[in-house]
Amino acid sequence: MMNEQRREFIKKTALGVLVGLGAASGLVPAFSLEKTVLPVWDEQPVPGKIRWGMLIDTRKCKEDCKQCMVACHHEHNVPDFRNKKEEIKWIWKNQYQQVFPTASQQFPGKETQERSYLALCNHCADSPCTRVCPTGATFKRWDGIVAMDYHRCIGCRFCMASCPYGSRSFNWQDPRTAIHDPVTTYPTREQGVVEKCNFCSDRLVKGQQPACIEACPEQALTFGDLNDPRSDIRLLLESNETMQRKPELGTKPSVFYII
Amino acid sequence: MIEKALKGNRSYWIWIALLVSVIGIGLSVYNQQRWFGLTVTGMGRDISWGLYIAQFTFLVGVAASAVMVVLPYYLHNQKEFAKTVIIGEFMAVSATMMSMLFIMADMGRPDRILNIILYPNPRSIVFWDVLALSGYLIINLISGWAMLGAEKKGVAPSAWLKPLVYLSIPWAFSIHTVTAFLYAGMPGRHLWLTAVLAPRFLASAFAAGTALLILVSLVLKRSTGFDTGKEAREKLAILATYAGLANIFLLGMEFFTTFYSNVPAHKESLQYLYFGLEGKYQFVSLMWFSLISGVVSIAVLLFPALRRSTKWLIAACSFLVLSIWIDKGVGLIIGGFIPSPLEEIVEYNPTSTEILIALGIWGIGILLLTVLLKVTVAVKMETDS
Repeated sequence: MMNEQRREFIKKTALGVLVGLGAASGLVPAFSLEKTVLPVWDEQPVPGKIRWGMLIDTRKCKEDCKQCMVACHHEHNVPDFRNKKEEIKWIWKNQYQQVFPTASQQFPGKETQERSYLALCNHCADSPCTRVCPTGATFKRWDGIVAMDYHRCIGCRFCMASCPYGSRSFNWQDPRTAIHDPVTTYPTREQGVVEKCNFCSDRLVKGQQPACIEACPEQALTFGDLNDPRSDIRLLLESNETMQRKPELGTKPSVFYII
Repeated sequence: MIEKALKGNRSYWIWIALLVSVIGIGLSVYNQQRWFGLTVTGMGRDISWGLYIAQFTFLVGVAASAVMVVLPYYLHNQKEFAKTVIIGEFMAVSATMMSMLFIMADMGRPDRILNIILYPNPRSIVFWDVLALSGYLIINLISGWAMLGAEKKGVAPSAWLKPLVYLSIPWAFSIHTVTAFLYAGMPGRHLWLTAVLAPRFLASAFAAGTALLILVSLVLKRSTGFDTGKEAREKLAILATYAGLANIFLLGMEFFTTFYSNVPAHKESLQYLYFGLEGKYQFVSLMWFSLISGVVSIAVLLFPALRRSTKWLIAACSFLVLSIWIDKGVGLIIGGFIPSPLEEIVEYNPTSTEILIALGIWGIGILLLTVLLKVTVAVKMETDS
């Protein structure tokens, strides 16, 4: 009698544990028993094999031209609140001393000082923003792109505090009211999450160049794989004197500049 | 025991009603923030943390300062603190609660708060801070409540309480150290990128938190007649004084390193806060008020004759708390964002919405503390008589 009860008890416990494990594997992604393989790639992406980067030849960049900014912001439904406090920007222009505050400033050439310079997310190889994000809502992709999951972001703005380049913007209010000409190919964001340049990962997957590269009438921007020694960007980097923004912080930016 | 909070005189209930209405206003204003977004605050692209995170930082310090009574009482058997220790623990509970609520208030998507647990990132300091704060809240609530329960029944506290209380000592240091690490680990925010940030946090916390504990015990004495003892207050005043001195010493270290080395990036924020930068000086008078009132109140506390006088003690403690609230809340957090990564100087002014929400959270914390202390005083008075 006693033994039978015990056997029954053990049976039921085992069943309970199984059910619990099953439920937990569904609820907690880290414990999932089955790993999903995304069918988009033929082979598993190799982390670190590709590192997308950009080179900006600021000598070619025309002062009044805004085409890259317009194309990017249109393509990604970036809202325009016409309000500096709540400004959302993925790519923009600033003065030399703002973009390169730690570069030599003492006797700048007239032309260097008068031009303005493009700024965007640097997709750092050692990105402080992904390090501080409490939920992994911003994360480093296998191809070096610092990406955002707008659905996981809790809006703590830690990434904004840790980004030394001011590349991140927060949706202080509902962005949909300030998108003047929305596109249907890229999602809009919700109130209360952070956003930034995604190096056009949405276009790369379709085999296209980033929107800013394509929009530039002067071919001032070059995009490519920094890990491929034969890529255009690597050849240009090796044959020109280039700069990164605040390299002394050790973030290893993937955006380079020819001044 | 909780039923003891339901019996009180007229002024007790007026006080509760006052707190409840402050909380009510705060909640209704928070509802607006939930609806319209954080646009209702004074924060923006460049100063992306403001009053909420400043209050959070200050209150974690208040919470940590409970160790200033727990440590001497339990480790060094300082009997004077017998009646103060539980007040310190309950103050820690309510301060931790408030600091967690301030984080909630600051979040763009508080509905997703569980993502911190569902998708934990151990490389993120926030993850450790959540663990440290919630652990500290539970430890202090359990140990305080169980001690009081034992006292009520007139029995010795359970054996498992001792290790829990001992655990709360390093835990108190850890909560504020981890909170400092939230800031100190970020490249490009030079005001925070300093190894003395965590020590400074601890020093200022032990000064302000202890001074606040003295004030709370004086309020209790006046409102309920329950006296934690003049001797305990005097000892606490000495602890607050030395912690305050350490804080000012560490601030001095910051000034020397920054201004003597003359490295522009390190200098700019401090320069802006205390002397103004490029013709902008929003916080200069506030920071000097903070520094001078801090120094003067510590000077007052250094004289035994002055700190023994209740009037001087109240004045010195109040100004010390105010000084550190400005230094840590306003100066350190807002100042860290100026200049912006693109070298712009942006001013920050909290909106009335933001202030009312902050007051609402303070209301919740003070209500919690009132209830806990009401029970404490009732039990202590009962067992004394």
